[in-house]
Amino acid sequence: MIYQGLHDLTKEVEDKRAARTSADPMNRRLFLKVSGLAGGGMVLAFRLGSGPGSLLAASQDGDKEFAPNGYVRIPSQGKIVIFAKNPEIGQGVKTALPMIVAEELDADWADVEVQQSEIDEERYGRQFAGGSLAIPLNWDPLRKAGAVARHMLVAAAAQQWSVEASECRTEKSAVVHEASGRRLGYGELAEKAAAVPLPDPEAVALKEHSQYKLLGKRITGVDNRALVTGEALFGIDQKVPGMLYATYQKCPATGGKVAEANLDEVRALAGVKDAFVLEGNDHVDELMPGVAIVATSTWAAISAKRRLKVTWDEEGASKDSWSSSVEKAHELAKGDGTLLREKGDVAQAFENADKIVEAFYQYPFLAHAPLEPQNCTAWFRDGAVELWAPTQTPQSALGKVAHTLGIPEAKVTLHQTRIGGGFGRRLVNDYVCEAAAISQKAGAPVKLQWTREDDMAHDFYRVAGFHSFKGAVDSSGKLSAWQDHFITFSDDGERPVAAGSLGRSEFPEYLLSNFRITQSMMPLATPCGYWRAPGSNGIAFAVQCFLHELAVAAGRDHLEFLLEVMGEPRWMESGNPRALHTGRAAAVIRLAAEKSGWGKPLPEGRGRGLAFHFSHMGHIAEVAEVSVDADKRLKVHRVTVAGDVGPIVNLGAAENQCQGSVIDGFSTALGLQVTMEKGRVQEDNFHQYPILGMPATPQVDVHFIQSDYSPTGLGEPALPPVAPAICNAIFAATGQRVSSLPLSKHGYSA
Amino acid sequence: MEITCQVCGFAVQVQAARISGRWEMSALRLEVNGREHQVEEIDPATPLLWVLRDSLGLVGTKYGCGIGMCGACVVHVDGVPVRSCLTSAQAVADKPITTIEGLATDGELHALQEAWIEHDVAQCGYCQAGQIMSAAALLKENPKPSAKDIEEALAGNLCRCGTYLRIREAIESAAGKMNGGKEIGS
Repeated sequence: MIYQGLHDLTKEVEDKRAARTSADPMNRRLFLKVSGLAGGGMVLAFRLGSGPGSLLAASQDGDKEFAPNGYVRIPSQGKIVIFAKNPEIGQGVKTALPMIVAEELDADWADVEVQQSEIDEERYGRQFAGGSLAIPLNWDPLRKAGAVARHMLVAAAAQQWSVEASECRTEKSAVVHEASGRRLGYGELAEKAAAVPLPDPEAVALKEHSQYKLLGKRITGVDNRALVTGEALFGIDQKVPGMLYATYQKCPATGGKVAEANLDEVRALAGVKDAFVLEGNDHVDELMPGVAIVATSTWAAISAKRRLKVTWDEEGASKDSWSSSVEKAHELAKGDGTLLREKGDVAQAFENADKIVEAFYQYPFLAHAPLEPQNCTAWFRDGAVELWAPTQTPQSALGKVAHTLGIPEAKVTLHQTRIGGGFGRRLVNDYVCEAAAISQKAGAPVKLQWTREDDMAHDFYRVAGFHSFKGAVDSSGKLSAWQDHFITFSDDGERPVAAGSLGRSEFPEYLLSNFRITQSMMPLATPCGYWRAPGSNGIAFAVQCFLHELAVAAGRDHLEFLLEVMGEPRWMESGNPRALHTGRAAAVIRLAAEKSGWGKPLPEGRGRGLAFHFSHMGHIAEVAEVSVDADKRLKVHRVTVAGDVGPIVNLGAAENQCQGSVIDGFSTALGLQVTMEKGRVQEDNFHQYPILGMPATPQVDVHFIQSDYSPTGLGEPALPPVAPAICNAIFAATGQRVSSLPLSKHGYSA
Repeated sequence: MEITCQVCGFAVQVQAARISGRWEMSALRLEVNGREHQVEEIDPATPLLWVLRDSLGLVGTKYGCGIGMCGACVVHVDGVPVRSCLTSAQAVADKPITTIEGLATDGELHALQEAWIEHDVAQCGYCQAGQIMSAAALLKENPKPSAKDIEEALAGNLCRCGTYLRIREAIESAAGKMNGGKEIGS
């Protein structure tokens, strides 16, 4: 299977890497690796052992194990071990990916023990958490990994019984020969299976959807018992012998250097072992200048950091100002911008229009604010470094750390831990590089602990965006023209910052015959990055609300209007089964409408709002039902989610992702915003960045259309429709159109 | 220098106070999960959170914000939920402290822990120890909480992943089971 144009994130990463390749040979190598992945390398990512000799592994107690590939280990006694390859950030892959293996293996889930795998690209291919890609990229390799193991176990049993393999079947971790009533457990077959020649994985039969026993069920997370009893799972929980505790203070305005610091005073504080300046390497995703404090406890390190006084040289530092950017965006909106893409004759369509609507939409910068503040344990010794890191991109961390320390990548070892929230923040490994550099200089193992304030001040933020829209409906009430002057930010004057592009997968590409997209860019020094559903998380708000404005102007029902925009069922990019399919879109839009009671009367003061958005290969429609009182207290009563991401792997976790996306989307739309002045982020902890709590939580109903398309991920696509569905519902309830976020800036509260 | 806890044997690294340090180093006695711990040479103003995590190796209690806003650090002191990031260790010396590690009794999980597994509450799971400790304190005080009681008791526990619906379901389910006669300790 070829994954052309997986989605904008992958494209954007590749574009950026490609742009840097000519200057930097290190990056060329990385670029090739990523290209291989996106262009079909996932099939190659299925790696078997190096030959039959490697299939039989001896465990520590001398027991013989069947280890046909990197994912499965079957000892003659005890649990079947299935390895989870990717970082677990709460998206559920530590359970879901092994479920795929177990299904094809026909292992009884109760017999399975899941272990986190080592970082090993040879064995596991790309290991990362991002882009909602774990399921689509690993679906085929993991099914084959399980099927190959099962095939060999069946062959071993058939051999032992001197029957044909075709006469045998498997169930609940055993091979059964129905005719003779014989049965052998996988453990009993382990040693013999290891001697069976490896089959061609492409030739091994996979199950049909209708044969699934495990996939599609609600399976509780494999770490749940450890989580509820407080076991050490996360990066922050790691401890190594002789470990010291570190903090790191960087300039609050990105790019500032240490001019002077009261290091002697800090070194004299109780519990402090050392304090020193790191010059950094000027790579914001590796090591920026700062002061490290190494102490005997986290508290000693944090206390000492509070007494640290640094004078910063801010000559080259960020001077970003949010308030100035907003003013400038309004100025730029008066102009045309640079043409990005256009189709048809927009001018003519506006000429012939029955109604023309113009609007200006705006969404703010955001922090990721995962609940586990950034941290990493690093142990530099003998020219090598060992890391225990909560990172979404462990393989990329190896290169970054090697570059930071000036050591070969082979001298970097990384152990992945469970991660207390990612949301895209931990795609960047700055805190990993910092921990490594501090350990190197301190000559001791250290756990670097960022405070919440550090985390808020040094994020790779979701970039803000502005859309100056003009749209038209014709005399039949049809959407006839769309113009979007998109105003974004750039750190090099050439291209938008990370996730600051308006990609082709966004409306109205392919769907309208007359549109014109232009772009303006404003300078930015604050680092930006990928935030859950990058690009779409802001664009969906603007686009799906403006679509509703046009439906209202046309005097049309939003549901009918949206279905008309989708038109006949068809793929939007021919030959790409990962693109928008208007039939799948229409089906989830209809389902969300039906389940939410769309069109049925509501009490006075209540309204429903609809939004659909295609992102990360997921087709998701949502309907929000809200009411607003005289004091602008907003109650979101219910959100109905309808999604099509193909067959569902773990139903309970899939529902959880949708529920969480709705709450995250509501929380963010209502009250979250990061602002910068003089290059400094103003919000420094949860009192200024108010994540919503339980009392505001709406009821969330989740419905899936389990189509036969190959399954795709759910970590992200349920988020983008939330804000526009809520804002469209506010309009339905009150007649008030909200065109900039967060809602709290307009007086709304929960 | 390294000091070993007399009771649990956990090694603690401490450093003698420096003359100019503004700490008064002293020893602390803490009763955690029914066991007495002696922590030597510690700044008694250290928040309980960091004594639990760094000195006693009880890492189930989490650091999230350090200003009492997120609830990831909730433990029970004298049966009452407190934010351990804002509670000095000295202030709770000699008072019984229960952490997430001590919620199960004799290897049997608390009904809330069972319900959390059954309802597959967690996504990243980082906040859940604090959520469970807040919920356990609620059920001890109010065995039959209304939906509103639950919301109020848990309002200060943030979940960045947004698992509130399942948290509420799990609490209701555990309360139901506990009221159904199952013996629960805490």
